[in-house]
Amino acid sequence: MNIHEYQAKQLLKQYGVAVPSGDPCKTLEEATTAAKKLFDSGHSLIVIKSQIHAGGRGKGTFTHGFKGGVKLAKTLEEAVTYAENMLGKTLVTKQTGPEGRVVQTILVAAAEKIVKEFYLAVLLDRATSRPLIMASTEGGVDIEEVAEKTPEKIIKETVDPAVGIQPYQARKIAHGLGLKGEVFNAAVKLIMGVYKTSWECDASMVEINPLAIVETASGKESIMCVDAKISLDDNALYRHTDILAMRDLAEESPLEIEASKFSLNYIKLDGSIACLVNGAGLAMSTMDIIQHYGGLPANFLDVGGGASKDQVSAAFKIILSDPNVKAIFVNIFGGIMDCDVIANGIVEAVKETGLKLPLIVRLEGNNVVAGKATLAASGLTIINGDTMADAAKKVVAAVNS
Amino acid sequence: MSIFVTPQTKILIQGITGSFGARHAQLSIEYGTQVVAGVTPGKGGQIFEHKGVRVPIFDTVEEAVKATGATTSAVFVPPPFAADAILEGVDAGLDLVVAITEGIPVNDMVRVKRAMSGLRTRLIGPNCPGLVTPGEGKDSHGGCRIGIAPGYIHKKGNIGVVSRSGTLTYEAVFQLTSRGVGQSTCVGIGGDPVNGTSHLDVIKLFMADPETHGIIMIGEIGGAAEEEAAEWIALHGTKPVAGFIAGATAPPGRRMGHAGAIVSGGKGTAQAKFDAFRAAGIGVAATPSEMADTLLRLMK
Repeated sequence: MNIHEYQAKQLLKQYGVAVPSGDPCKTLEEATTAAKKLFDSGHSLIVIKSQIHAGGRGKGTFTHGFKGGVKLAKTLEEAVTYAENMLGKTLVTKQTGPEGRVVQTILVAAAEKIVKEFYLAVLLDRATSRPLIMASTEGGVDIEEVAEKTPEKIIKETVDPAVGIQPYQARKIAHGLGLKGEVFNAAVKLIMGVYKTSWECDASMVEINPLAIVETASGKESIMCVDAKISLDDNALYRHTDILAMRDLAEESPLEIEASKFSLNYIKLDGSIACLVNGAGLAMSTMDIIQHYGGLPANFLDVGGGASKDQVSAAFKIILSDPNVKAIFVNIFGGIMDCDVIANGIVEAVKETGLKLPLIVRLEGNNVVAGKATLAASGLTIINGDTMADAAKKVVAAVNS
Repeated sequence: MSIFVTPQTKILIQGITGSFGARHAQLSIEYGTQVVAGVTPGKGGQIFEHKGVRVPIFDTVEEAVKATGATTSAVFVPPPFAADAILEGVDAGLDLVVAITEGIPVNDMVRVKRAMSGLRTRLIGPNCPGLVTPGEGKDSHGGCRIGIAPGYIHKKGNIGVVSRSGTLTYEAVFQLTSRGVGQSTCVGIGGDPVNGTSHLDVIKLFMADPETHGIIMIGEIGGAAEEEAAEWIALHGTKPVAGFIAGATAPPGRRMGHAGAIVSGGKGTAQAKFDAFRAAGIGVAATPSEMADTLLRLMK
């Protein structure tokens, strides 16, 4: 699960991590109050940030023509104008796709004067099965590019989960970033806090980009998280009801939400061939083989190991609500499941939905003969595929004809 | 020999009274596997009975091991309690713990793996279909089936199969068996980012197993475990290996069903894994329909 920047900063703050002062706002009134509060407390520059689960906000454009999902304001009037142009408007960035996302919330925060930017992240190191802290002096830029071109500029510190992060590890990182004096000590505290946030909230990734040394109104330097992104481990959400409450359904695809109600794993893609498969590995392979024979998959859909009739029926309705779908490929390896039960589920779903599109079914496994007989006796036009390859060729041909 | 388990291996099932655990305990018993004990806290003293086989249930793994001599466990315990169940098996000194449970928090597995380091128990999984060493009877009856794989699709023979995915493993096994080619052991290592046994661990054992003559290795996008295995095979491989990677068409940044199947930060792509396979002389199946044929061509 992903959360918004303002929610990530709320979590970080709970662990004593420094973030710029500011408030999330859902209305113009709230935004005006928040901006006024910041100007009144001595800040001369504030930032208005659109809150959506997608990157590239600063360079994005709203569908009504307003440019920039992140704006700096020097006066209250400016701040209000920007808030007006963001709240309730649709922002398109390189990560949202052309349809964009509606901005429901904006973050109105102090824009501190940035002296230097860094990168800081906590993630799982799959090679060692331990948490890894990554930092770099190259902040505010694309970290993947840094890792590719100048890997020596990335500092890595693995944490032993038996003892947790040790202060010396945070000191090594702060030293590696070239920090000194009071900022060094503040960075050590901040790094410890960011790690604790990640571990205790069961995050799959915490990314601070940029982490920055800023000059405050009093002219003193301090270090804080100017931006923050947190993704959480879905499997651990059961023990974090407070974080689960941060879920924003408006940021998720309605079809994916509907699928999750039936324990179906559905991911919408851009192609025209819908697939319905049991098992994640087989579902990915089904997408791959469609592409191998010249087609494009419309979705990933794993109905799980023990697909029930209700699930098959729900799965059909979900894939059929995608207007791009021109044909359906059902690929089931019924190891333990009875293929005849699946076949009956398919027949019922087709009748229920009044399916007009070509349907190619590849059924294999337990009680397959009865299953194929059920499909044949249904009177429906179902094209039988003997192997995955045979079925894939037939479904691609059906779309191209 | 097979790897990890033989038809004589005595297994216990943690979570034998849950519906999922019970169903698969029954199927393993029907397959002829030596299911000697069940563990469900609070139900010690009861009996799990299926087709004339009476399996005693214990409150703790330690007690079950002492009473029955079980050396291997299958974990069917729900996710919030699974890490504890795995560590209980480790504490009891089992040779092997196979964690079938899907949905264990990553941090729980990070802790489990740290706690297991240096100890004798091997973990397979979690989020895996388990493993099968086929028997000599009809439909491979009489073998050792631990987990949720369909036993009857197997056939005793000389091909080792290792995979992160369940149904894709069955697909490979089915392709082999329908061509009359049997398997030594088929191992599902699971689709989570932190698991007990890697592709490489299994490959090394297959290479050392005189009964295994060829290997099918099935991977997925995410991580670098397939690349690690390929590098080792390039240097030390002595047997033909065919491979397939699922997820070439998966969009970056999305988890494809399995928690570990994700391309993030440009890492773990199918292309990189296929390239590593080719560089190591591993036969690459162009589609998942050709896994068995690709290996059989190499073995001619």
